[in-house]
Amino acid sequence: MSRITTQEELNALQGKFMSEIKAEPIRILVCAGTGCQASGSLNVYEKMKELAENTEIKVEFALHVQHPHVHKSGCLGFCEQGPLVRIEPFGVLYTKVKPEDCEEIFNETVKKGEIIHRLLYKNKITGEECFNQDSIPFYNGQTRVVLRTCGTIDPESIEEAISAGEYQALSKTLFKMTPDEVIQTVLDSKLRGRGGGGFVAGKKWQQVASQPVTERYVVCNGDEGDPGAFMDCSIMEGDPHRMIEGMIIAAYATGAHEGYIYVRAEYPLAVKRLTLAIKQATEYGLLGDNILGSGFSFNLHINRGAGAFVCGEGSALTASIEGKRGMPRVKPPRTVEEGLFGKPTVLNNVETYANVPQIILAGAEWYRSIGTENSPGTKTFALTGAVRNTGLVEVPFGITPREIIFNIGGGIRDDKKFKAVQIGGPSGGCLTEKQLDEPLDFDSVKKLGVIVGSGGLVVMDENTCMVEVARFFMEFTHRESCGKCVPCREGTLRMLEILERIVAGNGRMEDIEELRTLSDLIIHTALCGLGKSAPLPVVSTLNSFMDEYIAHIQDKKCPAHVCQKLKQYVIEPTKCKSCSKCARGCPVQAIDGKPKVPYVINQDKCIKCGACIETCPFKAIYVA
Amino acid sequence: MLEQSFYDKTDEILSRYPAQERSLIPIIHEIQEAFNYVPVELLPYVAKHIGITETKAFSVASFYERFSFEPKGKYIIRVCDGTACHVRNSLPVLERLRSELGLSEKKHTTDDMLFTVETVSCLGACSLAPALMVNDHVHPAMTPEKATEMLKALREEASVHE
Repeated sequence: MSRITTQEELNALQGKFMSEIKAEPIRILVCAGTGCQASGSLNVYEKMKELAENTEIKVEFALHVQHPHVHKSGCLGFCEQGPLVRIEPFGVLYTKVKPEDCEEIFNETVKKGEIIHRLLYKNKITGEECFNQDSIPFYNGQTRVVLRTCGTIDPESIEEAISAGEYQALSKTLFKMTPDEVIQTVLDSKLRGRGGGGFVAGKKWQQVASQPVTERYVVCNGDEGDPGAFMDCSIMEGDPHRMIEGMIIAAYATGAHEGYIYVRAEYPLAVKRLTLAIKQATEYGLLGDNILGSGFSFNLHINRGAGAFVCGEGSALTASIEGKRGMPRVKPPRTVEEGLFGKPTVLNNVETYANVPQIILAGAEWYRSIGTENSPGTKTFALTGAVRNTGLVEVPFGITPREIIFNIGGGIRDDKKFKAVQIGGPSGGCLTEKQLDEPLDFDSVKKLGVIVGSGGLVVMDENTCMVEVARFFMEFTHRESCGKCVPCREGTLRMLEILERIVAGNGRMEDIEELRTLSDLIIHTALCGLGKSAPLPVVSTLNSFMDEYIAHIQDKKCPAHVCQKLKQYVIEPTKCKSCSKCARGCPVQAIDGKPKVPYVINQDKCIKCGACIETCPFKAIYVA
Repeated sequence: MLEQSFYDKTDEILSRYPAQERSLIPIIHEIQEAFNYVPVELLPYVAKHIGITETKAFSVASFYERFSFEPKGKYIIRVCDGTACHVRNSLPVLERLRSELGLSEKKHTTDDMLFTVETVSCLGACSLAPALMVNDHVHPAMTPEKATEMLKALREEASVHE
C-alpha cells in the first residue's frame, strides 16, 4: 500500500474498498471480541475459513465463481449468546455457533440461502424466533452511534474501516476547518467526558489550546478499571480506528504532535488491535508525518497499564506514562495546564474520542438531537449481573434504567425479584426499584446520589446481600488505594473493618453512625477521585437498604442468605431419607445420623461450605 | 546471581527502548513476559542503563500489582472477582482451584511451578461471568466443577508438552 497524500486519494480509496466489499457475494462475520473468543469463536472462524476455501458460489452478476468471504468482527455486544455469526447479505444472525454447526451453515445458508432455525435467537418471553439483529429485543431498544461499526467491520482491517467512512472526519477537519472551528463544533455538541466525571470535552480542548506552552499532548484513558465495565474494551477491540481518528482530530484542534493511549494490560486483545491499527494508519499516511499531505503531523504511542486501578485518575495516569509510580497529585495545576511531562494535555477516555468523528461529520446539531439537553448523545453500558440478556449496550441519555434492564436486558434471570442496580462501579451507588423510572443522564443521577461513571450496570436480584456488596467495593477501593493520602489509605481500611465485622455478625448499632462519619470525612478530605468517591457505595446502601444493615447487626441474620458466617444449614427432617450422602460428602464430618432417622448438622462443626446442599438428592437441606 | 542468559535477554529488551525514565514500565513488562516474573536482581541493571536510581526502579516495580518478584507457574490462572463475577459466585470457583492445588491466599504458586492462582479485579468478560483467564485465554461461565475439569485438561496438556 502507498501513503495517501491528498483528500481526493482518500475518497477514491474509500470508493474502491466499498466496491470490493460489495463484490463479496457472501460475507460471513464471526464475532471475535473477548466474550465470543472466550466462548470459542476462533475455532468457528477457522472452520468457516476452511469450508470457504472449498466452497464456490456462482454469482449472477459476475463471470467467475467466488469463494465466500470469512471475516472476524468486533464485539456485537450480545456476548452471552456467543459465539455470534452474522451472514451478509441476508443479515441473519446465528447464536451459540459451534464448529460442528459450520458445515450445515455452508450447506443450507451459504449455498441455498436457507435459514437454520435452531441457531436463531429465540425471544425469551414470547419464544419467537429472531431472524436478524433488529428483531432481537436486546438490539432494537438501542441507538448505536459509537458502536455503529462494532460488529459489522473487521477491526484488523483498515480497508474496511476506510470503506465504512472512517478518517473522513479527519480529512474534513484538516482541509476544511481551522482548529478553532473544530473546538467550537465540539463545544456546540455539548459532548461530555464519558469516563465518569462528565466534564465538557470541548472546554478541555479550548483550555489546552489557549495555553502559552506550545508543546502539548493528547492522551487517551483506556485504563477501564471499574469492575463490571468493559465498554471501552469493546470499542478498542471492535473499531480501534474510530477512537484513533478522534484523537488525531483532538491533536489538530489543540496543536499537539504526540499522543499516548494508556490501556489496561488485562486487555491483551485491545492492545494487539490498537497496535495493528496504528501501524496500518501510519502506513496509509493517516498518522505520523504530514497526514494526508496537509502538513499536520501526529505520532501515537501505546502504554500498557500494570494493574493499578488508581491509574484511571488523570494525574496518576500521566505519572505512569512518565515511568513513575501511578499516584495522583494535588490539583491545581490541572492536567490541561500541566499534564503529561508537565505540559498542557488533553485527557479524554476512549468513548469520548470515539464520539468525535461523527460529531464532525454530522454536526453538533445532529448530536444534540440525541439524548437530553445537557447530556447529549448516547452512552454505552456494560449490562451484567442478574439480568437475562447480558452484554454491551448503547442507549441515548435520558432513557430510564427500567427500559435498559427490562426491555433490552429482558428482565431478571430465573424470574427472581429485582433488588437494585449498581451504577458507576466502586465510585457509584445503587438505584432501587422506586428510582428505576428516573431519566439516566449525568445530572439526574447525581441528584439520586450516584454517578453515571464509566458505564457499568450490575443488576442485583433478591439473592444479593447489599451489605456484602458494600463490603466488596470497600475491599476493592482499599486494595487499590495508592496510599499517598491518609483519609483514603486509613479511612477505607477502618470502613472495611467495620463492614467485615457486620457481615460476620459482630456488628454494633454504633457502627452505622461510625460508617457515616468516616464516609463524610473521606469524601471531603481525600486527595483524588478514587478516595473521594470510595465511600459512595456504602452511603448509597445505607440510604436505601438500612433494614439489611439492621438485620445483620441486631438479628444476626443475612436476609439474602449470602453472608457465610450468618448462614445456618439445616436438614428438613420430613424430607430426609437418611441416605447418608450428605454425611459422606461433608469435608468436616459435621453431619451425623443413623438409618431410618433423619440426619442432623452439627452447627458448631459446620464450616458452611454448602457441599451438602449440592449432594442431597431429595433437596432436604436448606439455608436458614 | 542470575545466569548470564538473563542479562543477555535483558540487553536485547533494553536495546529496543530509548534510555529514558519513561521506558521503565514497558521494559519491566517485557522482562516479566520473558521470564514469567521480574527477577529483582535485574532492576539495578535496568536502572543504571536508563539513568535512574535503583530505589526508583524498585519503587515503581513494587507499586504495580501486575509485576511479581516471585517466579510464577507455567499456567497463570487469574480468577475474576469483579462485581459481575462476584454476584454470580466467583468465590466458590477460586476456592475449588485453591483447594485442588493446595494453594491459599498467601501461597499462589504450586511447588511444581505448574500453576499460579491469583485474583483480578475485572477481565472485561462480565457478560460471561464468572470468568477466569489462563495466561491470555478467557474461560467463560465457570463453575467449581468446570474448574476441576480445566485443571485436569491443563495438566494433560503440560504432560504432552514435556
